Amino acid sequence: MSRILMKGNEALAEAAIRAGCRAYFGYPITPQNEVPEYMAAHLGEAGGAFVQAESEVAAINMIYGAAGAGVRAMTTTSGPGFSLMTEGISYLVGSRLPCVIANIMRGGPGLGNIAPAQGDYFQVTRGLGHGDSRGIVLAPSTVQEAVDLVTLAFPLAERYRLPVVIAADGILGQMMEPVALPDPIEPPAPPEWATTGAKDRERRIISSIYLEPEELEKHVAALREIYLTIIRDEQRWEAYRTEDAEIVVVAFGTLARVARSAVDRARDLGVWAGLLRPITLWPFPANGFDISPRCWLAAEMSAGQMVDDVRLSVNGRAPVEWYGRFGGVVPSPGELADVIVSTAAKEGVAS
Amino acid sequence: MIQVTGRPRALVDVPLHYCPGCTHGIIHRLVAETIDRLGVRERTVGVASVGCSVFSYQYFDVDFQQAAHGRAPAVATGIKRVLTDRVVFTYQGDGDLASIGAAEILHAGARGERITVIFVNNAIYGMTGGQMAPTTLEGMVTTTTPKGRASRVEGTNLHVVELMAGLKGVAYAAREAVTSPARIHKARRAIEAAFRAQIEDRGLGIVELLSTCPINWGMTPVDALAWCEAHMIPEYPLGVLRDTSAQKEGPTKPKPPGAVRPKQEDTAGHHGEARHAYP
Repeated sequence: MSRILMKGNEALAEAAIRAGCRAYFGYPITPQNEVPEYMAAHLGEAGGAFVQAESEVAAINMIYGAAGAGVRAMTTTSGPGFSLMTEGISYLVGSRLPCVIANIMRGGPGLGNIAPAQGDYFQVTRGLGHGDSRGIVLAPSTVQEAVDLVTLAFPLAERYRLPVVIAADGILGQMMEPVALPDPIEPPAPPEWATTGAKDRERRIISSIYLEPEELEKHVAALREIYLTIIRDEQRWEAYRTEDAEIVVVAFGTLARVARSAVDRARDLGVWAGLLRPITLWPFPANGFDISPRCWLAAEMSAGQMVDDVRLSVNGRAPVEWYGRFGGVVPSPGELADVIVSTAAKEGVAS
Repeated sequence: MIQVTGRPRALVDVPLHYCPGCTHGIIHRLVAETIDRLGVRERTVGVASVGCSVFSYQYFDVDFQQAAHGRAPAVATGIKRVLTDRVVFTYQGDGDLASIGAAEILHAGARGERITVIFVNNAIYGMTGGQMAPTTLEGMVTTTTPKGRASRVEGTNLHVVELMAGLKGVAYAAREAVTSPARIHKARRAIEAAFRAQIEDRGLGIVELLSTCPINWGMTPVDALAWCEAHMIPEYPLGVLRDTSAQKEGPTKPKPPGAVRPKQEDTAGHHGEARHAYP
C-alpha cells in the first residue's frame, strides 16, 4: 500500500469517509478546522451530508438525528466545543446511538489557548455528559494511528451502540506524516432500530426517557453490562521496552512519542526505563499494568488527571510519580528523560 | 368532505396523558390527519421535544426520535439531510422552541431545512409547573412572575412566527389557534401547507398554534379558551405571514422577482447535486 503525506486533521477526515461516514456536522474551532473544511469539499462526492452547524450544541444534535436514521455520522471539535457537545453525547448514550466524535484537544480551562494539550482527559473518560454516560475513548499518537483508529471507531460504536470519542491534540491535528489509507468501504445498511419511516413494519422510537425509576434502572443496568463488556474486551495499549524496565512511564497521544524518545535517552543514561502507552483512555488499559517495575511515572500534558487511572491500575503495588506540562506546553524528550532519571533516583531505582 | 369522526391512521389508539382541557390532543389529531391526507405516514419521521409534548412520540404511528430540550430542529436537520426523501417534522412547545431552542429553530429556518415545525404556544411552561415562557404575555402571572410579567424586569414576549417569516429559508409561516371549530379548520389548512412546503422542496414550514393550559393558567377549560381568544389572539395575530407556494406555482414560471430567490433555493437545502459541480 502506498503512503501519502497528509495533515492529521485531513487524514482523519479522509479515513472517516473511507470508513463509510456519510454525515458530518461541525462548528469551526481551532485546531480542528481542517476536518470540516475537508468534509465540506469531499463528503458530498461520496454521497454524504455536510452541514456547518450554528453551534457545537446543534452539531451534536444533528449527529443524533443522522445516527438515529442509521447513517455513520461523525463530528469533530476541541475542548470548548466538546463541553457544549456533552449534553448531546449523554442523549446519544441514553438513546444508544453510535457515532464518532473527535476532540482535538487544546489548552484550557475556559478559552485557554489553541496549543496542544491533554487537559480534557477527565472530560472524555469521566464526563461524557450527565447521568451514567460512558463511551470508548481512543487516543492516537501518530497520524497513521489516527487513520487506523477512526476506521476502527465506526464498527466499535455500532457493536456497542455507543458514541466513540477520538481524543487527539493539536499537534496530531496539525502535523503532516506519511499515511497508508485503507480502501473505501460501502457503509452498512441502516440497522433494525433506525428511524427511516415505518414502511411495512411497526414504528420505531429512539428515546432516552424512562420515567419509571425501575425502568430506568433496568436501562442503566443494561448499559452497565455493556460498559463491563467493554472494560473486559476493549482495552488497548502499547508496551515499549517494559519487559526489563525498572521505571515505566505511562503517557498517551503526542506525549507518548516524546516519552518513547525519553525512554531511549534514559536507557542511554543507565536507567532501565520503559513506556506503557494507553491507546484506549476508557477503558483504561489496566490489564497492561500486570508488570512489576519498581516505580511508575505518569506523564501527561495536563495538571494531573490520567495519574488517577495509573494509581488505580497500579493499586499500591509500587510508587506512582507524576510529571506534567500544560497550558499548551509540550515537554522535550531531553526534559522528560531528565525527569525519568531524577524520578528513578528519588525512588531508589539504580542508575 | 371533511372527516369528522374516526381515528386517523397516523394516531395510535391509546389514551393521551395530557391534562383535561389541554389542546395538545386537538393539535395531535390535526397533524395525524395531515399525515394521512398527504399519504406520507410510512415515510415520516417525527421529532419530539421536551415539555408536555415529550411523549408525543407515543401517540403518532410513525417513526420518532426524542430530542434534547430545544434541539429538535437540529435533530430533524440530521435526519432530513441523510434521508432526503422522507418527511420530517418537529413538535415543540414555546419553552422548548422559543427559549432554550431559539438558536436551533432560527438557523434551521435560515438554512431552509426541508422540515415542518409544529409550534404549540400556550404562553407558559406546562410540564415544569407554570413558569414564565418567552411567549408569556406582559402582566401574566406565572410561578416565576408572581406579580405578573413586567417588561422592565422580565422582558417582553417573543413573536416567533414573525421572526421566522423574515427568513428567506422559510417557505411557510403561519399562526393559528385551536379555540373554536372554525379556527381549527384554519389550523388544519396551515398545518397541511407547512408540510407541503417541505414536500415540495421549497423550505421550512412552521405553524404556531395558540393553545391553552387550563391547569397552569388556573382556569376551567372553557374559560381558558375564552382567555386565549381575549388575550392571546390580540397579542399574537392569526394568519399566514409567509407562503412561497404562490411564487413557486404561479404563472411566471421562468424566474420570478429577481434572481435572489432561485439562487437562495439552490444553496439553502441540499448539498448533493450542486456540490458535484465543484472539482
